[in-house]
Amino acid sequence: MCGIVGLFLKKDDLRPRLGDLLTDMLITMTDRGPDSAGIAIYGDDADGLKMTIQSATPDEDFDGLEENLTALLRGPVRMRVIDTHAVLTLPEGSEAEVRAFMAEKGIRVMGVGNSMEIFKEVGLPKDVASRFGIRQMAGSHGIGHTRMATESAVTTLGAHPFSTDGDQCLVHNGSLSNHNRMRRELARKGFAPQTQNDTEVAACYISSRLAEGANLGEALDGTLQDLDGFFTFVVGTKNGFGVVRDPIACKPAVMAETDDYVAFGSEYRAFANLPGIDNARVWEPEPATVYFWER
Amino acid sequence: MQTIDMASTELRELNSMLQSQEGNGGDAEWVIENTRGSHALAVGLNAPIKVTVKGSAGYYCAGMNKEATVHVTGSVGPGVAENMISGSVIVEGDASQYAGATGHGGLLVIKGNASSRCGISMKGVDIVVHGNVGHMSAFMAQSGNLVILGDAGDALGDSLYEARLFVRGSVKSLGADCIEKEMRPEHLELLADLLERAGADASPQEFRRYGSARKLYHFNVDHADEY
Repeated sequence: MCGIVGLFLKKDDLRPRLGDLLTDMLITMTDRGPDSAGIAIYGDDADGLKMTIQSATPDEDFDGLEENLTALLRGPVRMRVIDTHAVLTLPEGSEAEVRAFMAEKGIRVMGVGNSMEIFKEVGLPKDVASRFGIRQMAGSHGIGHTRMATESAVTTLGAHPFSTDGDQCLVHNGSLSNHNRMRRELARKGFAPQTQNDTEVAACYISSRLAEGANLGEALDGTLQDLDGFFTFVVGTKNGFGVVRDPIACKPAVMAETDDYVAFGSEYRAFANLPGIDNARVWEPEPATVYFWER
Repeated sequence: MQTIDMASTELRELNSMLQSQEGNGGDAEWVIENTRGSHALAVGLNAPIKVTVKGSAGYYCAGMNKEATVHVTGSVGPGVAENMISGSVIVEGDASQYAGATGHGGLLVIKGNASSRCGISMKGVDIVVHGNVGHMSAFMAQSGNLVILGDAGDALGDSLYEARLFVRGSVKSLGADCIEKEMRPEHLELLADLLERAGADASPQEFRRYGSARKLYHFNVDHADEY
């Protein structure tokens, strides 16, 4: 199964409530995916590069990390620790150096970008949301996922969203059947997936297409030609939000749009707490059809 | 009339209350409020009661219906009125996948659009969709009538048996063994009755009829080498 939720605000009024609304949506989808949960949220732009990191032993790994990085980069580094995750603000241009540092320490990099932060863990959506304080987060758009694993193990790194390039993230309901071949092709293009998870291959595919100059709509359209299997994808970029379903469209999907937002849910239940939902335009996205919004 | 608030009522409690109306002269009209997209609302009904579901419903609303009239004011999730025996189910909004699947009788009316696999394996139910239907609608449909006022998606009526399909709009493609057939006076009469019962403002003359070419019914000896 798996549950997907997404919310893209068209106006700024609801920004302070983004995390609260997304948390309700995510918890409602618990019975579609109780294994793990995750969320990517696009908040205020950082003064530098944002990097979300994760450790199974945060007390040890995050202790003194801010000072060590400041010394390494000879510039200002800020660190905000949230449970097993920490959001670092780094000088621009330091990504490669910091990634190498994290790899050496065994600390996982969940995502990088200017505005995106990403939090995911094994456990019930309500517990994951509460550990990271997602209700209190503000932002312009976000996507979330509740996982019922089929293709790879129930681990932190197997949880969604997957982020494979700056300010990009993807969540998936379904399973891909040509992910091994795609994994090799993407590795040759420099977008090698880090896990054995099929969804990460789709995230790398979108990232590779965007890096080649495709726009979000073209990259999503490409999944219909190049990825085989069942999928409903919801994708976030710094300024955009996109949805695509495979041509068979077995995996459920529903969307709602008002003057204030565009919302995605695996089921209508996810929308029940959204403001103005009774007067929203509610529809099921068509199979093999790309939908995207950019601001 | 009795009103049930789903904010304070368990789903099983609701359904067992509605299911126990058979022959006991209970309240004939029920209104269900605060549905918030819940699954399996008003399923397995077995008496001629009237149930209004206010708002949108999730999976399998009004499944296995017998005799009751269920009216949903919002949209419904996958599997609305699945395996209906008799009675009627009316949806004001859209329906998700496999609306009216395997239905044996009764009338399902969807005033918005239905998505893929509408009327899959229908066995006698009448389905009237005011909007469009998605791909693989009426797949393996055995009997009954599927009326589509809008357009039909890919592979309409694939592997069709004896169900009749009427489409007013365009058909993206026909499935295996589904062909257009002549509209005879008895079909116009049947269609006029269905349109009236479904509250649809359309003339039977605007529709085309599709049915089975019956080529898949029997083994074709020319295909023997393929096995």
